[in-house]
Amino acid sequence: MSSGYIAQQIVNGLILGSMYALVAIGFSMIYGIIRLINFAHGEIVMIGAFTTLGLLQYLGLPFPLVALAVLIVGAVVGILIEKGAFRPMRGAPQVTGFIASLGVSIMLQNLGILFLTAQPRNFSFPDYLQRVIQVGPVSFRSIDAVIMSIALILMGALLFLVHRTKLGMAMRATAENIDVARLMGININRTIMATFAMGSALAGIAGLMWGGKFGQIDPLLGFVPGLKSFVAAVIGGVGSIPGAILGGYILGLAEVLFVGLLPPIYSAFRDAFVFSTLILILLILPNGILGKGMEERV
Amino acid sequence: MAAPSNRAWHVVLLVAGGLLVLVARATVNEYILSIINFVGIYIILAVSLNITNGFTGLFSLGHPGFMAIGGYVTAVLTFPVTRKAMFLELPRWLAGLQLPLLPALLAGGLCAALTAFVVGIPVLRLKGHYLAVATMGFLIIVQVLITNWESVTRGPLGLNGLPALTTLWWVYPWVAVTVYAAWKIKFSSFGRSMLAIREDPLAAQCIGIHLFKTRVLSLAIGAFFAGVAGGLWAHLVTAITPASFSLVMAFNIVVMVVVGGTGSISGSFVAAVIFSVITEFFRPLEESFDIYGIGEILMAAVLILILIYRPTGIFGSREPRFLVAKES
Repeated sequence: MSSGYIAQQIVNGLILGSMYALVAIGFSMIYGIIRLINFAHGEIVMIGAFTTLGLLQYLGLPFPLVALAVLIVGAVVGILIEKGAFRPMRGAPQVTGFIASLGVSIMLQNLGILFLTAQPRNFSFPDYLQRVIQVGPVSFRSIDAVIMSIALILMGALLFLVHRTKLGMAMRATAENIDVARLMGININRTIMATFAMGSALAGIAGLMWGGKFGQIDPLLGFVPGLKSFVAAVIGGVGSIPGAILGGYILGLAEVLFVGLLPPIYSAFRDAFVFSTLILILLILPNGILGKGMEERV
Repeated sequence: MAAPSNRAWHVVLLVAGGLLVLVARATVNEYILSIINFVGIYIILAVSLNITNGFTGLFSLGHPGFMAIGGYVTAVLTFPVTRKAMFLELPRWLAGLQLPLLPALLAGGLCAALTAFVVGIPVLRLKGHYLAVATMGFLIIVQVLITNWESVTRGPLGLNGLPALTTLWWVYPWVAVTVYAAWKIKFSSFGRSMLAIREDPLAAQCIGIHLFKTRVLSLAIGAFFAGVAGGLWAHLVTAITPASFSLVMAFNIVVMVVVGGTGSISGSFVAAVIFSVITEFFRPLEESFDIYGIGEILMAAVLILILIYRPTGIFGSREPRFLVAKES
């Protein structure tokens, strides 16, 4: 096993990790602000992927415009989900929201099947994004480089927004204590809406990447990234944005290296490995790597 | 204190149920019969998950995992010896063994319960969402292990050609047993300590309830019935594959428990009936009109509306008044 091979695996892991991280951020932000595990988050990845397909392949818009449109579509869908399903049940027990989000998820999947059919569609980027770039022993497509840079730029922008702007301050305050934040004159509804919009925009972009990476999309594709990013968010510590980023990259790297470095017999056990690690981490670090202590009574 | 339950009504319901089964056997065709069987299995699943999820408040998504364990154990035990030799590589004592359904079901249920003990001891230290995540992980691990343990489970192909042993007379007595057990537990001091843990673990601990023991037991009891339901399922479909026990199924059962009302046995019962009938009703409709997904969309919409307008579910934590004797 050459060092070049390992370097290649690490790059692949980072690409996968960027996607997990982008989705995990949204998970984590939404959990942080209203303690909701939003299982419908993965469906926004699916919607992002189909939006990309429509705009890029069928309408032939230029790539930067498509990326922007996908961000906006993701944000709008996120806002609609929040308004339609989660706002009316705010204040209900946590599990209620969790189950409602599973309901939203199943609804979106089946709306996708209804309107787009369950048939997988081929997904290919224009040639200038498919060019293979060779750096030393490592090769990747230019779209992969674009994916990684978009991911990094967006994460940076988000961290800036959350820590350096007034809206970000409102978001952090709401996450800390929703009632006190309201008393301080923060518009809770608008803040929560903004959180959903941002998290969902990132998930939409992850959908663009997902389609580009795997070359085929169907209405059920949101399940896997949704689940994996959830795991990533938990590993990093639910509620923490840097934690979600870290968790995403750890998971992406671990998955790729597990398959790439161990004998092929074990690769069938990949998911079992991922979830065993998850359970172990939860038992040893119940709040994830960067998570804050929860308000637990027992 | 008066007897906790109104016996007369229970006997009436039991007899009515028995009569319904008799009538069903005599009148409707095979297809409807199989639907009625599925409804019964879903009732067992929902009521047993209610013991774990509703009474004790352990949010478990691992129910289909226990069901899969029970299903496979039962299937391997009832599999005809000749076919075993053809398809599977089993240890000798197992290869020559073929049991009738009842002991096989009990073995399946016990294996599931045992697994619940082993899994529960580390995992039940987690709470709330984290427990949900860990049990979901358990479900996926079970699926992966079954898929890859080819000498016993035939991997993704699953075991097919199982004897079609499950009939209404197998399913509905088990429904009665499950409901009876859940009822007895709910109105015993053990059940009350479960409900106390759900409402406030700290207070429960203060009055001397052993949190951990109660939690593990409630997981194991739920798992036992899930295992039995898995066995019944396998011998109804006459095939068992790892893909049948998915997260979607976990979701469906959880929905039944929540819509019926967490902690309400009657609620789980009614919700299981409503949801499985709706699903089965929409399936032929979808196929004939070639519009797939309508049933699921409607179900999800109903679920969200119920959660918005009646967040405690149809029955809340209670049972209908005529079934419970007045406290004196």
